[in-house]
Amino acid sequence: MDWSWLLVYYPQLLHGLWITLALLVLSVFFGMLMAVPIGFAQAAGPRWLAWPAKAFCTFIRGTPLLVQIWFFYYGLGILFPLIPELRTSFLWPVLREGFFYAVVAFSLSYAGYEGEVMRGAFLGVPKGEIEAARAIGMSPFTLVRRIWFPRAVRLVLPTLAGETVGQLKATPLAFTITVMDLMGATNMIRQNTYRTYEPLMLVALFYMIITFIMVLGFNWLERLVPQKR
Amino acid sequence: MKFSRRVVFAAAAVAMMASAGSAMAEIRFGVAAEPYPPFTSKDASGKWVGWEVDLMDAVCAELKEKCSIVEVAWDGIIPALQAKQFDLIWSSMTITDERKQTIDFTNFYYDTPTVLIGAKNGDMDITPEHLKGKVIGAQVSTIHQKYVEAHYVAAGAEIKTYQTQDEVNQDMAAGRIDYDQADGAALDAFLKTDQGKACCELKGQVADDPHILGAGVGAGVRKEDTALRDRINGALAALAKAGKFQEITAKYPDLAPQIVLPKP
Repeated sequence: MDWSWLLVYYPQLLHGLWITLALLVLSVFFGMLMAVPIGFAQAAGPRWLAWPAKAFCTFIRGTPLLVQIWFFYYGLGILFPLIPELRTSFLWPVLREGFFYAVVAFSLSYAGYEGEVMRGAFLGVPKGEIEAARAIGMSPFTLVRRIWFPRAVRLVLPTLAGETVGQLKATPLAFTITVMDLMGATNMIRQNTYRTYEPLMLVALFYMIITFIMVLGFNWLERLVPQKR
Repeated sequence: MKFSRRVVFAAAAVAMMASAGSAMAEIRFGVAAEPYPPFTSKDASGKWVGWEVDLMDAVCAELKEKCSIVEVAWDGIIPALQAKQFDLIWSSMTITDERKQTIDFTNFYYDTPTVLIGAKNGDMDITPEHLKGKVIGAQVSTIHQKYVEAHYVAAGAEIKTYQTQDEVNQDMAAGRIDYDQADGAALDAFLKTDQGKACCELKGQVADDPHILGAGVGAGVRKEDTALRDRINGALAALAKAGKFQEITAKYPDLAPQIVLPKP
């Protein structure tokens, strides 16, 4: 065991940690933003909305995440030479960075999986509660905001906790498209020091600690909304 | 723990010395599992082809040994050698002082200049001062990564690293990086593809830095494997004497002006 490299490389590791957290938070935020309407459309929407939502979830869940990431990063990369104006446009600083593609791919992936979870959640809210809300004259919007959505989220909070932990462990794929996340930094250390086990052990510990904190956070959230049946 | 490992190590070394005279069962050549034309790449049927594969066959014929290729990820190729997953690195690895601290090398079997390619715009200045603020792509764990970091990043450029040279070239074509540094021979092959022709041009050879850019490409061996190193060196010398290097290179007309071969 040799840990002397830690003194040299800890700034890169901390920077990588920051990138990993940014990937996780951004993709869960944007993913959830998409997943709620996607789930609701499938559970209660008209057929012309339900069908594309279903198709989206099936497509995302039916293809490997790595393929999706490379599809966006290298796939779109092939198209850039066809539009030379792009390189001088204001969008280019974003389009040239792997981070942007990673956030897009991870968000869509999270939306695909959680869209399906939310569909089940919306369907799982007891009909009686919804009918009761209607009976006291709640508008459809208030019904969703006050009853249907909060009840649905509470039903699937434990599932969402697990899925979000899964999302964290999907983020290392970003290093394959030049993003220097926690995994990217670890690989750089491995390559520069020719040490294999110590950096990998440390990065595993990092992911475990983040997971532990996330699980604590979700437990706290679950206790915040007491559930009685 | 440490003690017992050392004993095993010593026993292995003794066993190896004892068997050095006799023929080995098979020499396993570790090749990075990625296309690196014209040296190592896979043809449509999945067979390894290229200049280095031809040379490997010639070396094995010279040694009268059975040889096999073990595919391995480039960024873990040195640890894999030390873990005895194969017997030598045969993957266009440059002999550098830094790598010599960890492994040993045979004599060089080819050398190629280090060049930069960039977007077709006629700007041929590649001094570090001129490339300030530009993004340069390089494959990880290569002399090119080290060189870009030491010379260009130090002068204010940005580096992006990739797992394979193929991916650097992809992003060069996409315009996500401004420059792509690699071996002249490998980039020459890329510039001759449709994609390479459309996007890029040769900017020139980078200023030499022997400490980083090293002394040509050799086969990497474990430090204790001196017998294998000497046998490969013997075979390379015999091949050079027989004109075999020129014979192999003649099959790759584009490569001939790009590489320097060992002299007999």
